[in-house]
Amino acid sequence: MNRLSRWYGESPLQLPLLAASFALAGYAGVRLLENDPWAVAVWFVGAALVHDLLLVPVYSLADVAAQKALGDRSRRTTMYVRVPAFLSGLLLLVWFPLITRARADHFALVTGHSGDAFLPRWLLLTAALFAASALWFVAVTFLAPASPWRQARRARREERARERERERQRRKETKERPPSDH
Amino acid sequence: MGVLPRTLPDPWRSPLRGPRFTAVLGLVLLVGMTLLFVTGLLSYAAYNPNLAAVNDKTPGKGLLGFYLFSWPTDPHWLYRLTQGLHVTVGVALVPVLLAKLWSVVPKLFTLPPARSIGHALERLSLLLLVGGALFEFVTGILNVQLDYLFPGSFYPLHFYGAWVFISAFIVHAVLRVPQALRVLRERKAGLPETGELVPAKPAEPTVSRRGAFAMVGAGSLLLLVTTAGQSIGGVWRSTALLAPHGGADPGTGPGRFQINKTAAVAGIRTADTGEPWRLVVTGPKGAVHRLTRDDLLQLPQHTSALPIACVEGWSTDDQHWSGVRLRDLAALAGTDGDTDVFVESLQQHGAFRKAALRHNQVHDPRSLLALRVNGADLTLDHGYPARVIVPAAPGVLNTKWVARMTFGAL
Repeated sequence: MNRLSRWYGESPLQLPLLAASFALAGYAGVRLLENDPWAVAVWFVGAALVHDLLLVPVYSLADVAAQKALGDRSRRTTMYVRVPAFLSGLLLLVWFPLITRARADHFALVTGHSGDAFLPRWLLLTAALFAASALWFVAVTFLAPASPWRQARRARREERARERERERQRRKETKERPPSDH
Repeated sequence: MGVLPRTLPDPWRSPLRGPRFTAVLGLVLLVGMTLLFVTGLLSYAAYNPNLAAVNDKTPGKGLLGFYLFSWPTDPHWLYRLTQGLHVTVGVALVPVLLAKLWSVVPKLFTLPPARSIGHALERLSLLLLVGGALFEFVTGILNVQLDYLFPGSFYPLHFYGAWVFISAFIVHAVLRVPQALRVLRERKAGLPETGELVPAKPAEPTVSRRGAFAMVGAGSLLLLVTTAGQSIGGVWRSTALLAPHGGADPGTGPGRFQINKTAAVAGIRTADTGEPWRLVVTGPKGAVHRLTRDDLLQLPQHTSALPIACVEGWSTDDQHWSGVRLRDLAALAGTDGDTDVFVESLQQHGAFRKAALRHNQVHDPRSLLALRVNGADLTLDHGYPARVIVPAAPGVLNTKWVARMTFGAL
């Protein structure tokens, strides 16, 4: 028994659960595949494969590329690009048949709505998302008292002041040096 | 042959990944997917598929229809609510589903592919889970945009697909929810995060976990805000910028509200709807009445405020319909007014040009054969010369351009 359970490898609850699940999935699956088994199976398995092997790598690489393009600043600025791009891309992913006007004429004929409104609306939403993100970036970077830009400016001023002070000190020392040291 | 390294270089470096991140998303989906499944089953029941073959697009359902019941007429907004939730919540869950799948994607590539028989079976079940979830989302989202790319009729694909999905979903929930709750308890107790999803060599974070959840939440919120208005109606319809039935209502005047199928696409010829049109009413004892539109207007007229609610998730606000009560027509046909009816349309195209209504729907005093809406004659796109309107019934059962009504037990 011990050897058997080691060979099976999972908890004893799992096997009956999975058996019941596969039986139900089979009962529904036979009906799902009834009319066009190959095409439906391709859609079913293909949905998972397209997601895992195409969609995930594409958006992951796009994210890495954006970070590379932003260079040293990426840690601070990535989110200002990533968030609006993600939101806009999400809207496109869900509503691409309407946005790309894939069947705009059919849509208009059936519903009485124009099929042309969705692309401009998506473009305007995308513009608004990036504009809001840019405004936020400006506000956080330049306007807030604790913003990195203001802190950097303050640091530069203080550095220049310290530099001037050191310069004055050096001149003073040179002037007061005894002649024998020349 | 060179010696293989003991572990492959780990490409999964995002410090966001970990069992706690996955657990939170999983628990959101546990609630969300359950809601989608239940509202989906309700939608199938709302068609009264067991009443007549014309109402049933999945006649081979067998035991999967075990739960079916007579769809009620109260509250009159019932189908607006259940189907609005089904579609709107489904759309809003897209980013949660994508984030959940992203969080576990390294598991797809673990080697060896199976470490035991039990593990292999579980992975097969996960294929049904992930394939099923994506299949349901893709078919549903395409269908509401009228883009019928999928192989076959939407109804059987989405209904049987849902059962395949739920069979894997229940097992996954039973096996994983205790684990999800445990890892979240461990977080509360301040214990360090462990488990196979924690990256071995985490990269520098570019976003916190809280930030990632906020991003997913913002995605859901944006989809919700740009979709929900097509179900909520009123001023909110104008916020449904990308939903198929959002934005301004089509048409003008009293007939200005959402249209499921225009007369043009249904193949309605004006020759059929004009002067020669007759409504043929027949009863169980063979009585046949041929009524002109004027004859119908001479019968007692009643008014009901009822919405149109579509399986695609959109709905209209209550419209003010007036016409003849279905139960009055049933009485005219020689029944006691509490009987089923089989309705046929002039439509030449469309899966629901014939539909059956159950006796509780016929008997409801708000159920009408409507001749007018919002104080004017029906427009051609809304079913002129006469259409059925029944409280809480799915839109397609409210037959437009009615030509024949056959009363009697079906």
